[in-house]
Amino acid sequence: MAIEIMETGLATSIQDQGRVGYYNVGIPPSGALDLVSAAAANVLVGNDPSAAVIESAYMGPKLRFTEPSIVAVTGAQIPVLVNDQEMPLWESFAVQAGDVLSFGILQGGARMYISISGGIDVPAVLGSRSLYALGAFGGFQGRALQSGDVLPVGVGNGRPGVVIPMSLRPEFSREVDVRMVLGLYDYRLTKKGLSALLDQPWQLTTVADRIGFRYDGGALDWVERIQPFGAGSDPSNITDAGYPVGSIQVPGGVEPIILHRDAVSGGGYAMVGTVISADMDLVAQCAPGAQTRFRPVTLDEALEARAAARNRRTSILRILD
Amino acid sequence: MSAHESRYSWGGDEHLVVQISEAMSLEANFKAMAMASALDQDRASGITDICPSNASLLVRFDPDLIAPTEVERLVREAEASVGLSTKQELETRIFELPVWYDDPYTNETGARFRDRHQTPDKNDLEFAAMENDLPDAEAFIRAHEGSPWFTSMVGFVAGLPFLFQMVPQERQLEVPKYLRPRTDTPKLTIGHGGCFTAIYSVRGAGGYQMFGITPVPIFDPEQKLLDFKDFMIFFKPGDIVKFRRVDEAEYTRILAEVEAGVYVYKQAPVTFVLEEFLADPDAYNARLLEVLYGN
Repeated sequence: MAIEIMETGLATSIQDQGRVGYYNVGIPPSGALDLVSAAAANVLVGNDPSAAVIESAYMGPKLRFTEPSIVAVTGAQIPVLVNDQEMPLWESFAVQAGDVLSFGILQGGARMYISISGGIDVPAVLGSRSLYALGAFGGFQGRALQSGDVLPVGVGNGRPGVVIPMSLRPEFSREVDVRMVLGLYDYRLTKKGLSALLDQPWQLTTVADRIGFRYDGGALDWVERIQPFGAGSDPSNITDAGYPVGSIQVPGGVEPIILHRDAVSGGGYAMVGTVISADMDLVAQCAPGAQTRFRPVTLDEALEARAAARNRRTSILRILD
Repeated sequence: MSAHESRYSWGGDEHLVVQISEAMSLEANFKAMAMASALDQDRASGITDICPSNASLLVRFDPDLIAPTEVERLVREAEASVGLSTKQELETRIFELPVWYDDPYTNETGARFRDRHQTPDKNDLEFAAMENDLPDAEAFIRAHEGSPWFTSMVGFVAGLPFLFQMVPQERQLEVPKYLRPRTDTPKLTIGHGGCFTAIYSVRGAGGYQMFGITPVPIFDPEQKLLDFKDFMIFFKPGDIVKFRRVDEAEYTRILAEVEAGVYVYKQAPVTFVLEEFLADPDAYNARLLEVLYGN
């Protein structure tokens, strides 16, 4: 069983639930940017939630199945077609040998996940099948997918007609609140700089990929100081340090960047807060132009949000029960 | 922030960050590594990553498995235990890394990005020499390869080491980064920004000044060489590296050994004692090199 890539779509790669435990040597978690949508895609086709799926951004790939199978598409709101017939999202369906799956025009969200019963069977590297493109390993041959690639598929036991109920699917908006915990080097911002970050919406730029999401909207002021030894000369520089996944840095005081799951693990820019784990999937589903407010929450609120997100995930994983 | 008081901060609900010092120093780095090692020794389940960096420590955890307050308690306990120990020493290794300084690969790349550089009419080495009041690139190269370097952090991208020069602060080479980052840097470039030398483990964007290139891999996902048998990344925090200048002929010869899969790093285990180093860096470095070269 295999999948042939006929057209790649955009930023199409193999991802699973990520690679844990190598951040101390600069290997980021990788994995699906919208983890819950990827897990849901797997559950629909009878896979373990951590199986490998195909992730694309904005434009879906076109692919052909070599044998009958069960597939599902989750994530962004986008028409999905089999041989030009529209199929439902968030629902498993059967495909026959030679069927071609393709996509229409994106209507909401940003990233879609294609699962197939049995999972994409590329070799696991350091415990994960996820592509880490900067390191050129994982995924399919350590790179994004190209037309002509033939992806091996494992043995599955999925069935068609399994549905994730509407209430468990994400909703997409062009205006989002992203919750974050202030801290890290936020003391480097002036009061005015901090208000500039929090009191106005920021617009997501076209730099919005697996590494980071960059926002446009204004400039932030830093507290004047003589830079410490080892830090760079710009007031936004620090002595190079580890970056939390989801941390927000503001190089030069303009265009805040949220680091996502393929980001650099450290560097010399001051971080002023970190997006809470529950909202990383939400960020992943934002497309350029999204009006974004950074909303500070406490650690306890972040943990409550995490618990709520976990409940939704658990409900999704139990739809077959 | 006083010199002795660390700053604890949450990085969302999955990270705790401890800023040991805002300025870089070997003492701050040593503390970060000692804390990391104390935490790692009896690692609590739920702590997924312990990442010492130059002057800070990042701990990543799964709050479904361990409460953040418990993580903070463990990290504070590690910090206290490190503060109490009288002898700061580290079991590590010293190894040699051949470097072709002033090579055509980095010079050609530098030439393509002159519009982003402080001195469009000089190359990166000439600029670095000027910034450090040295007469020419040759003098800068001698200073760069003249003393060992301490791996104070591994990261940015997979396997990239940050290296801190093992000389008193007034003798440390310091060079500003490019005015605007390049979009390209050759793989295995020896770069320098601020007080840190870095080795680019993969080709890609970068803002550090480029001084040379090494033929020896430091990141090998295919794990072809003996030194990569157990893991795809060579550098570990605490590693001590001695650059050795090679010419084009030797660079080419070593590259052939690497490609044939027979190159082996020249290295030796060593116990690094911080107090002894700080008391007399030059004499201590000479002893380290004796360990490496077996004189």
